[in-house]
This record gives sequence, structure tokens and C-alpha cells, in this order.
Amino acid sequence: MKTIRTRMGDGSLVEITESNLRREFEEGTQDAAERGKIPALTQDELDHLFDIYSSPSRPVGVEMGNEVIFTYDSTCGEVQRTLTPIDRTQSLQLFERMLGADTVELGHNDYSFKAVKPVISYERNVLEQALLITTVPVLYGAMPNLGLYYRPEGPVQNPSELMATGKIKEAREAHEEAIEYAVKDMVYVASELYESGVDAIDFDTTGSAGDPDFLAALRAVEILKEKYPDLCVEMGMSGEFVLGMHGELTYKDIRLAGLYPHQQVQLAEKAGVAIFGPVVNTNTSKTCAWNVARVVTFLKFCVEQSNIPVHANMGMGVGGLPVTPFVPIDAVSRASQAVVEITRLDGL
Amino acid sequence: MGVGDILGMAATHAIASGMGGMRTAGDLVARMQMSRGMRIKEAKEYVASKLNVSLIELSDPLVMSERREDLKLGLINPPPDSVKGIEAKFHIAELLGIEINSLRRFKEKIGA
Repeated sequence: MKTIRTRMGDGSLVEITESNLRREFEEGTQDAAERGKIPALTQDELDHLFDIYSSPSRPVGVEMGNEVIFTYDSTCGEVQRTLTPIDRTQSLQLFERMLGADTVELGHNDYSFKAVKPVISYERNVLEQALLITTVPVLYGAMPNLGLYYRPEGPVQNPSELMATGKIKEAREAHEEAIEYAVKDMVYVASELYESGVDAIDFDTTGSAGDPDFLAALRAVEILKEKYPDLCVEMGMSGEFVLGMHGELTYKDIRLAGLYPHQQVQLAEKAGVAIFGPVVNTNTSKTCAWNVARVVTFLKFCVEQSNIPVHANMGMGVGGLPVTPFVPIDAVSRASQAVVEITRLDGL
Repeated sequence: MGVGDILGMAATHAIASGMGGMRTAGDLVARMQMSRGMRIKEAKEYVASKLNVSLIELSDPLVMSERREDLKLGLINPPPDSVKGIEAKFHIAELLGIEINSLRRFKEKIGA
């Protein structure tokens, strides 16, 4: 019986039969359909996934004409992690001139709005210089990262400690207080960057601290769009559904806890977001085939429900890619082709 | 995109499904998504019509490098006396009929 070489969600190689590969796709799409209460993939789409994942080639790719554009979560960080001693501005040029980047993104090492605030003058200078010597759009990325506003790092009482002592009301009030601080910081930092000429602000890893984190970002975007109507905002999420750390927060009368990508994008659009970046997490104990079927199911419905461009998060541990810092080329190229050709999204 | 080593992530995605940035017309399509909220199909059609190329040619580095040089839109390996950096953005804004924030600021700074 013919076997196909594929990978698990942790990146390890496995060989499975053709019939098992088909079953992985079917079970993956069913899992997404049940969790998100959304349509499963059609038989044609499952067959297309099978064609992509049964290819013996190491890299695969989309048909000519199906290419999409890319936005990144900090093109500087990827270079800095290699300890190559080059400046952040040079990192942007490297991506623009050597890696075919459609856009580049400047970001601080800490990559959080709160951390950027005290060094915003320095960040503005780097950005202004970068905008003079690059041609592609330059985004500035940072995370709402509400966790930094809780003690001991921040000024607000820690909700987790309050919850542990049964103080649920006080915990919720702490979340709400943190939201106010975070909104002020995000609006301040983004405003400064707009004045320096930035092409877009990327609110990355939104929702990492749950529903208060998502609400803070939505409110900040709303204020920014009122202040600067032509400002482009990209919002990238941190997980496939919004964690209910508070549990009762709403935006435009919609409860935030538990929202999936197709519901998140509608609120992002109402707030004024121009590009939405949905996330679907990788399950390491399942195959990449199972994971990608799940990803494509969530993203396809998200793209259908959206009126704004959708750029899927396709990095390590999300988008059907394995959880490893050295992601294999076969796994990346297969997920890339599958997501682009089946969901018809606007970018990665 | 997302986190990962540069060859495994950014380079692999670029080869598998990317337009190619300034090698082709990727940055121009990106600008239409960012400034007008166009979806990928509409943005590609808009840019192709402005460049007078087909949708396939939009991602072809041979065709696009010639068009970019003719229209002064910037090249990844620019020859002497060609536009570079922000200079190319002036021609891009004019071609696409869009405002670019850094150009607005640049004009203010030089008093233009």
C-alpha cells in the first residue's frame, strides 16, 4: 500500500497511508465545523488538499496568478534572533531587497505598546530614517499585551490573584482598569508613529490576555480612526478564539469571550481595522494534514464573512505549521498553498 | 505571516505563494489593500490596469522590472541615476492615485 510522508504538529516526520491522509483531512475539517458552527470543506476542497499533501516534492506552490501579498509581525525580530549584527533599518532593507517582501515591519525588541511608550522618540527617529530609504510600505508592530499592566509589572491589581481568593468582582474591575491604561498607551504610541509618516500600525497578537486585551485594541483602533481617518490598521490575533478572562465584556453589544475568527473579523471591521489577521492554532499531537484542514475550514468562512482584506497568521505553531523554531520547508509550502488556494484570502 | 527562521518561513512562503514585493508588483498591490481596503482580486486588477499589464504579468519579475524602471517605481537593484527609497514613492503615489503618509510628511519638511 502506498504511503505518504507528512509531519506531526510538533514537526516530526511520519508516514501514513493514502486512506489515512484522506481521513485526517475529513476529521480536521469536522473538528473546525463543530467548534465554530461553520460549514465543513466540500469534497472538491478535500481532494485539493489531498493533491497538495500527497505531492512527493519537497516544496510546493500556488498556480501562477494565485499569488498573494505579505505583511509580517516584525521583520526586525527575525534577523535579530540570528544574532547577525545589523541595524533594524538594515533588516527592513534586507526583507525589501532580498526576500521579496511586499511590506516590512519595524518593531521594538519587547514588541509591546507599553514598552515602546518610554522610548517612542527613539522609535520615531528609526522609523523616519527607514521611510526615507525604503520604497515598500513600512508598518510598525506591537502587542496590546494587557498582561504588562497587572502587578508586579504594572499598576493594576493582578486579576489572577484576586480570582484565586474568590474576588471575582474585583478581578473584573482590575481587567477594566487595565483596559483604560492600555488604550491610552496604544493611542499615544500609534499617534506619534502616524506623525512620523508610518504606513500602517499592526496590533499584533491581539487577545493574548483574553477578552480585555481584544476590547482594549478595538477601542484604541476606534479612537485612532476618528483622529486619523486615513490611518491603516492591521489587527493580528493571538489565538483562534477569544479567551474569557473577564467573561462579560462586550463590543457593539457582542460578547467577546469565545468568538471565533469569522466573528472576530466583523468586530474588527466595525472598529475601523483595514486588514485582519486570523489565527488558528496547531495541535501538536495531530498531523499537519489534520491541522491544515481545520485551518482552511476556519479561514475560508472568515474570508467569506469579511469585507476587509484578510491576512492569515502563518507562522510557527499556527496556520497548520508545526510548533518548532525551524519549520520544515515541506510543511510551510504545503500550508501556504492550501490556505491561499482554498480560502481565497488576501494575504499572509 | 508569522514567527520562524527566515529561510524556513519568510523565504519559503515567498516562493510558495508570494507576489515578490519590488521584484514584481507586490508592494503596489499591498498599497491598494492598505489605502483603499481593496481585496486581493480588486487590488490586482486595479494595479494591472494602471501598469497596463495582465494579471499574470503582475507577478512576473521580467515584465515588472521593465515597467518599474520605465515608470520610476523603484527596483531592488537600482542602476545609477535611478529613483531610490522615498523618491520612488512619489511616482507610486501618482500612478496609483493614493496618498502616502511619509510623502505628506516629507513635503512638509522640505516646504514643498
